[in-house]
Amino acid sequence: MEERITIAGFGGQGVMAIGQLLTYAGMIEGKHVSWLPSYGPEMRGGTANCSVIVSSEPVGSPVVVNSTTAIVMNKPSLDKFESTVNPEGRLFINSSLIEQKSGREDIEVYYIPANEIADELGNMRVANMVMLGAYLEVTKIVDLESILEGFTKVFGENRAHLIPINKDALERGAETARRQVKAMV
Amino acid sequence: MAKVLMKGNEAIGAAAIKAGCKYFFGYPITPQSELPEYMARELPKIGGIFLQAESEIAAINMVYGAAGAGVRVMTSSSSPGISLKQEGISYIAGAELPCLIVNIMRGGPGLGSIQPSQTDYFQATRGGGNGDYRLVVLAPANVQELVDLIIEGFDIADQYRNPVMILGDGMIGQMMEPVEFKEPKQRELPEKDWATTGTGGNRKPNIINSLYLAPEELEEHNVKLQAKYKTIKENEVKVESYNIEDADVVIAAYGTTSRIARTAISQLEKEGYKVGLIRPITLWPYPYSEFDKINPNCKGILTVEMNTGQMIDDVKIAVKGKYSVYFYGRTGGMVPTPNEIIEKVKEVYGGEK
Amino acid sequence: MAVVFQKTRGLTDVSTHYCPGCTHGIIHRLVGEVLEELGVLDNAIGVAPVGCSVLAYKYFNCDMHEAAHGRAPAVATGIKRVRPENFVFTYQGDGDLASIGTAEIVHAAHRGEKISTIFVNNAIYGMTGGQMAPTTLIGQKATTAPLGRSEAHSGKPIKMSELLATIDGAKFVERVTVTTPGHVRKAKKAIKECFKVQIEGKGFGIVEVLSTCPTNWGLTPEEALRWLEDNMIPYYPLGNFRKPEEVE
Repeated sequence: MEERITIAGFGGQGVMAIGQLLTYAGMIEGKHVSWLPSYGPEMRGGTANCSVIVSSEPVGSPVVVNSTTAIVMNKPSLDKFESTVNPEGRLFINSSLIEQKSGREDIEVYYIPANEIADELGNMRVANMVMLGAYLEVTKIVDLESILEGFTKVFGENRAHLIPINKDALERGAETARRQVKAMV
Repeated sequence: MAKVLMKGNEAIGAAAIKAGCKYFFGYPITPQSELPEYMARELPKIGGIFLQAESEIAAINMVYGAAGAGVRVMTSSSSPGISLKQEGISYIAGAELPCLIVNIMRGGPGLGSIQPSQTDYFQATRGGGNGDYRLVVLAPANVQELVDLIIEGFDIADQYRNPVMILGDGMIGQMMEPVEFKEPKQRELPEKDWATTGTGGNRKPNIINSLYLAPEELEEHNVKLQAKYKTIKENEVKVESYNIEDADVVIAAYGTTSRIARTAISQLEKEGYKVGLIRPITLWPYPYSEFDKINPNCKGILTVEMNTGQMIDDVKIAVKGKYSVYFYGRTGGMVPTPNEIIEKVKEVYGGEK
Repeated sequence: MAVVFQKTRGLTDVSTHYCPGCTHGIIHRLVGEVLEELGVLDNAIGVAPVGCSVLAYKYFNCDMHEAAHGRAPAVATGIKRVRPENFVFTYQGDGDLASIGTAEIVHAAHRGEKISTIFVNNAIYGMTGGQMAPTTLIGQKATTAPLGRSEAHSGKPIKMSELLATIDGAKFVERVTVTTPGHVRKAKKAIKECFKVQIEGKGFGIVEVLSTCPTNWGLTPEEALRWLEDNMIPYYPLGNFRKPEEVE
């Protein structure tokens, strides 16, 4: 098993953070993992992205060129990464900010209104967790518990009080994905 | 100790502290600034000193002073900043002082870019500063190895009274991987009775110096340095090889490039190709003799680097003309993909498996 | 027999390489005496420069570190930061401190490094053979200013003490000379006060000593002393520019 994931969005949408959470959770579960950010001026308000690998084997190249999954939080990220998903791979689109539908017929595409759900939960900043929840529901790559265990490692102990709302966001994302999986079947 | 997920640059700092380094002098430059930032946070907590110098030149000269005073000390920078440090590195090598210098390489020449590269191989292994000196150059391929080499690097520096350089690239500095902090192999380290500590009125003054105006004295000093380098060559070569006795093509690559080569090799094996890998961990001293173990019927050696061909010189020295040597590289911060390497290996195969 | 004078323990028995009539020797002696009199000689670490006093590490009877050209304040910073209990000083010339090492001296002062600097200004590059220094006077001839320094071409000579006195971290700044016994006594007093600033943990201190270079000025030792007084002192006025009490 090797999941090669691209997570992309605007700087500030928390794409780096969910990448780290996923990586941490993989590590907790004894898998081989790596997290590689894009860095430089593009971090200052442009699009940011990271490569995450979760694998049963030691990680070779940490750069994800062709992904098994892409999670895109904004339109420029969809434009950049839609074509890089491997056939039979998965694409998670933040449909709150991206109206466009994917043209790919050879991959599974999920439309997650992450910002709307986050807004309903009362904190726009958990939109990234909604996307992560959807992704985990479909791939089951790590357990939700591992993500929550890694939460304070990534964000610090002083953010522990935010765990409940983040858990809600993960679950709402999962629920949305679940409905779409059923629809596909 | 349990594994923790750490960014390469921060792991360097944590490893250095674990190795007993309490002093860091540096200057900000992308893509290694997380390291000085980490040291600025952590060193004061253990009674150490982080100092942001006015320039890379000043930083390396502060390291020169601190190393002369007998403490474990380090600095870090990225390519253009390492160029500025060359003066101090030459003095430190000449005065035979131990210290750790980290180069998280970015694209060049000049201001270049901030993306990963391996373009400072020549500078690190051939000198860079003036004079006949050598650095021990360690090239980690993952964050765990980075941590291990930092910790052992301080011991190597102390054992031989020689500066040690960690040669990484922007990718290993920026990426996160699980790490575990392990005890290094025990080395017998000499006492630093040469350090400037004040005479206390009990001994003759200690002098830290690289100046020998009399030609015969300077020659003698150089002979002594060369003897030391010979011992290092005998004792400290590190290399990892994979399947080279049986390979039809052997890839030579180091650092993060070797990981990409590994991914390419796994893919090629599935297609029935026999491809080996030589991954030098010490770039100086270079593992020349490892190449003697390669399958005599091997079709060629493919050197893969994030530059236009620097380590290829050492590969050519190592194979002594026995094999054809090929090259694949990307520059400017472009990272080679496994597919590009696969294509190149197939080219070396010449169409037949 | 009563001892009326003896060489300071602050200097070794090695004969210096300085030219006849050069005042480096006097300045060395004063530094050695002050180190001894303040009781810091045995825990002192000196940093030698590149230039005429490049071999100073052979002459001071304490631990010494030979720096790269201009970098002595950075080297001293490294030493002092890891060994704050030691007394750390640099000994630098005008090419070293006022040209190639301006960044290092300015920032060591700016950080208020608790080190002391002896700055020997003889308005010329001595060791390399009489080239123009940043402190060479207007009209003064040098091998790289054969017609004499021109302001239009090279600017006016730089006044380091005045410059450093504008920096808060510099707690002691004084310019002295050693052309007469009276000046020698004043110079020693300044060096002692400067060193005390470090010992008391107050910050950075520097003493600029106007010095002669008979060899490269093309003068006899005595003429050189007069030339210094007639030409250098009017441009580089003697006196204290900063003391701890003024700063606080």
